[in-house]
Amino acid sequence: MKIAVCIKRVPDMEGRFKIAASGTGIDEAGLKYDMSDFDGYAAEVAIQVTEKLGAGEVTVISLGPDVVQETLRKALSMGAHRAVQLKHDAPVSDGFAIATALAAEIKDGGYDLVMCGRMAVDTQNRSTGIFLAELLGLPVISAISQLNVDGGVVKARRELEGAYELIECPLPAVVTIDEGIARARYPSLKGIMAAKKKPLEVKPAQLGAVTYQLEKMELPAERAAGRIIGEGKDAVPELVRLLKEEAKVL
Amino acid sequence: MANILAFSETRLGELRRAGIETVTAARQVADATGGQVHAVLVGAPGVAQHAAKLAAHGADVVLVMEHESFANYNPEAIAATLAARLGGGYRSAFFAASAIGHDLVARVAAKMKLAYASDVTEFAFSGDAVAVAHPGYTNKIVQRFVLKATPALISLRAGAVLPVENAKAGTVEALAPAVDPTAVRVKVTLTEKAAGGKIDLGEAPVIVAGGRGLKEAANFKLVEDLAAAFGNAAVGATRAVTDDGWRPHSDQIGQTGRLVSPDLYIACGISGAIQHLAGMRTSKTIVAINKDKEAPIFKAADYGIVGDVMDVLPALTEAVKAAKAGA
Ligand SMILES: Cc1cc2nc3c(=O)[nH]c(=O)nc-3n(C[C@H](O)[C@H](O)[C@H](O)COP(=O)(O)OP(=O)(O)OC[C@H]3O[C@@H](n4cnc5c(N)ncnc54)[C@H](O)[C@@H]3O)c2cc1C
Ligand SMILES: Nc1ncnc2c1ncn2[C@@H]1O[C@H](COP(=O)(O)O)[C@@H](O)[C@H]1O
Repeated sequence: MKIAVCIKRVPDMEGRFKIAASGTGIDEAGLKYDMSDFDGYAAEVAIQVTEKLGAGEVTVISLGPDVVQETLRKALSMGAHRAVQLKHDAPVSDGFAIATALAAEIKDGGYDLVMCGRMAVDTQNRSTGIFLAELLGLPVISAISQLNVDGGVVKARRELEGAYELIECPLPAVVTIDEGIARARYPSLKGIMAAKKKPLEVKPAQLGAVTYQLEKMELPAERAAGRIIGEGKDAVPELVRLLKEEAKVL
Repeated sequence: MANILAFSETRLGELRRAGIETVTAARQVADATGGQVHAVLVGAPGVAQHAAKLAAHGADVVLVMEHESFANYNPEAIAATLAARLGGGYRSAFFAASAIGHDLVARVAAKMKLAYASDVTEFAFSGDAVAVAHPGYTNKIVQRFVLKATPALISLRAGAVLPVENAKAGTVEALAPAVDPTAVRVKVTLTEKAAGGKIDLGEAPVIVAGGRGLKEAANFKLVEDLAAAFGNAAVGATRAVTDDGWRPHSDQIGQTGRLVSPDLYIACGISGAIQHLAGMRTSKTIVAINKDKEAPIFKAADYGIVGDVMDVLPALTEAVKAAKAGA
């Protein structure tokens, strides 16, 4: 089983963001970076599939400047077998342009399964995996929380809002990974050592046409500060009054 | 002017509120730019019964596609049909920013080789451009961009536009599938409401959410009782809780879970980690009940009660019941 996992390097979401002077990006000073959450889950799932089969190969692919090599090395240290950087130095947020470049790399790779995150936690576009599938002519199941690959068929589960569905499609296929399926493992020391010797190829990214441009980034309006209205169940009547009279939600 | 399409999402034969919000959004645009609103209803035979409701909310035409194979979501057949239809010349198409809506809008965009805007909170049409806002960086940043593609494909965040009645003719027309809906590669074999999830988390006006402060799965009964007292409330949870298997992952709210924006969000025994706040901080009114007065959730909450959920929740449930009975 050959699996490709597309990994995006994104800033750590814990911090407070500042908008850069350009107005179209964030101020990168002092930020830490790691793989996007769902991409970490995808890498983990892919590694688990090959571990279970005792065979197969996981290729991790990231499009971006040279710093993405650090993120790819992390995936290699988790247990991926080889990595490809699609080198492109300027930031791109256009899902089609990115998917075109990923498709060019994946097309003739003989992959049985291609994985992306459900969404990149920075852009939150939620499109790349589905665009990629269309460009590759493959079936796609998006936002899956369970995966079972057996006899050339993918069986998956997708969480809806307070409901779920079960979905199947034949291999080769693209899937995009949601919460609930796996957590990215922490690389072991042995894994980190082994990763240094694993192949990491660098190729120029063949980006597709850019279909939209980000015009502006803003911080959302802050919520007005709230207040503690009391302690214990004695505060309940006051809460109910406020919900009725002030918030008008009861 | 060209027409506007609204995809009206149904689940298990029921029309979702998000499926009406898209019609209201399309109506707003049509009223400003001209053109008609075409709402699309897809489902098993019988789904056409919802056409009247879509007409009442502003659909000039309701395009109905009924087939046994649409009892569950049928992504490939629906996407192919919508792409073909939209190719005939529409100004824009609205989808819900739901799990299904996100899947579908991306498939349609991919087929039409168009950019689209996902999870949109604001939109403004002018000439051949649509200015949109969509949240990024776990909802900490608003990203504004201009969509120049026609049709402009948009998935609309729940609550960004509220359903408004605006009766139109709602002429019903059959929409034929562009491909054989049984000859598809991707098949949904089952759709089921999650255990305990009586009300759709994506559209409930009130959400009562529980965290690790509930101590054990059985105590979620207190959360469910409060939700039941409201009558229109869904139950949500933190990742700590879904990871421990107390609640299904479809209940998880936050950065890696569902994004919700109800009128009222009641956080019970939830610390207010940044990843949880990412999923609910746009709720209109937030209430927090936590025994630790330093818990970060109190910074996000409009109203806080410092106390033990075991005491406060039953008292609140009784008070809400009484308020509802009096109302
Ligand atoms: C990459 C990543 C993604 C994540 N995504 C999400 C996500 O999508 N959603 C999410 O929710 N989390 C997410 N998390 C996890 C998040 O960081 C927190 O760990 C989680 O939200 C904590 O859940 P909690 O508030 O239930 O538990 P805790 O943080 O343990 O808080 C429990 C709270 O209950 C209070 N309490 C205890 N007993 C009582 C009592 N008897 N009465 C009243 N209060 C009581 C405590 O004071 C405490 O504040 C993510 C984490 C990471 C690293
Ligand atoms: N620059 C990139 N390099 C590799 N994979 C990417 C890149 N951008 C997006 N992806 C993949 O596409 C997924 C969805 O991204 P998005 O469509 O931007 O929300 C991510 O989770 C990744 O799997």
